[in-house]
Amino acid sequence: MAKVVIVCASIMLLAAGLYLSAAEGDWPGVDETVVEKFAEEAGRPPREPYMNTDKGDLLLFLFLVAGAAGGFVSGYCFRELFPSARDKK
Amino acid sequence: MRRCLRFIILGLVVLIAWPASARAMHISEGILPAPWAGLWFVVAIPFVAWGLHDIKVRSRQDPKYKTFLAMVGAAVFIISCMPIPIPGVGTCSHPCGTGLAAILIGPGPTVVITSIALLLQALFLAHGGLTTLGANIVSMGVVGGLAGYMSFRVLKTARLPVALAAFGAGAIADWATYASTSFELSSALHADGSMWGMFATIMVAFVPTQLPLGIFEGLLSAATYRFVLARRPELLKPNVAQTEA
Repeated sequence: MAKVVIVCASIMLLAAGLYLSAAEGDWPGVDETVVEKFAEEAGRPPREPYMNTDKGDLLLFLFLVAGAAGGFVSGYCFRELFPSARDKK
Repeated sequence: MRRCLRFIILGLVVLIAWPASARAMHISEGILPAPWAGLWFVVAIPFVAWGLHDIKVRSRQDPKYKTFLAMVGAAVFIISCMPIPIPGVGTCSHPCGTGLAAILIGPGPTVVITSIALLLQALFLAHGGLTTLGANIVSMGVVGGLAGYMSFRVLKTARLPVALAAFGAGAIADWATYASTSFELSSALHADGSMWGMFATIMVAFVPTQLPLGIFEGLLSAATYRFVLARRPELLKPNVAQTEA
C-alpha cells in the first residue's frame, strides 16, 4: 500500500512540476542568469566548450548515460556496503 | 527510519524526473582570463595531492573504504550535475554534495572525487570547462568540502545533535561554494571597479536560488549521515576519530 502511495505521489508531483515549468518560463540555470551575465558585462563571455556535446539530443543522451552509470556504481556499492537482511542470509 | 528513507527516495525521484534545463553554477569555458585560470589550478593541485595521499592511507586501514569512496563519488557526480528548479524564482541550480562527502569520507578525498566529477562533466556534458577546472575544483571541492567538514566539527564540538551538525555541514558547504565562485569571478573580472562591490553583487544574485537549495542540501546531508551512522557506523570511524580529536 505504501508503495502505491509513493508512486501516486511521485506522479502527482511530477505533473505539478510539468505544470509549473510550463507556467513559469524557461528555467534558465544560474550560470546564465548570474555567472554568464556578469562575465558578459565584464567583457568575458563564455566560449564554446572544447568538446561541445550540446548538439541536439546528444547532450540529453550523455546526461542519461552519466545518470545511469553513476546510479549503477552508487547502487552496486550501496548493496555491498548496506546489504539487506535477505542478502546477509 | 524507513519512512524517512521513503521520503528521500520520493524526493530524489521527483528531482531526477523534474523537467529542467541542464545548466548550473560551474564557471564555463573562457570566462576566466588565462592567468587567473592558471592560478586556481596552482591552488587546487596541493589539495588534490593531499586527497590522493589520504585515500592511499585509509584504503590500507579499511578494505571497504574504496567501495564507500566509489559510492560517495558517484553520488557527488550525480548531485553536482542535477539541475533543480526553484519554484517562485524561475531558475535552476544544482546542489554540490561536497559537504556531505566531506563528513562521510573526509575533506581530502572529497577534493579528489570532486575533481574527477568536474573533469567528466567538462569533457562530456558541456558543464563547466577544462580551462576553468582549477577554479571549479577550488570552489566546490576545496572550499565546499572544507567548509562542510569544519562546520560539522564545530557544531559537534558545540554538542549539537549529529543530524543538526550534518544539516549545517550540507548547507554551509553549498553556500561557501557559491561564495567562492563569486570571489573567483569578482577577483578576475572586476577590472577598474571595486572587487568587493562586484563580489557582493554576485553573492546577492545567487541568494534567491542558493538559500533554498542550501537548506535542501542540509536536509539531504542530515538524512544520509543519520542513515549511515545507524546502519554502518564503522564506515565513519576515521571521521569520527578526527572529529573527536
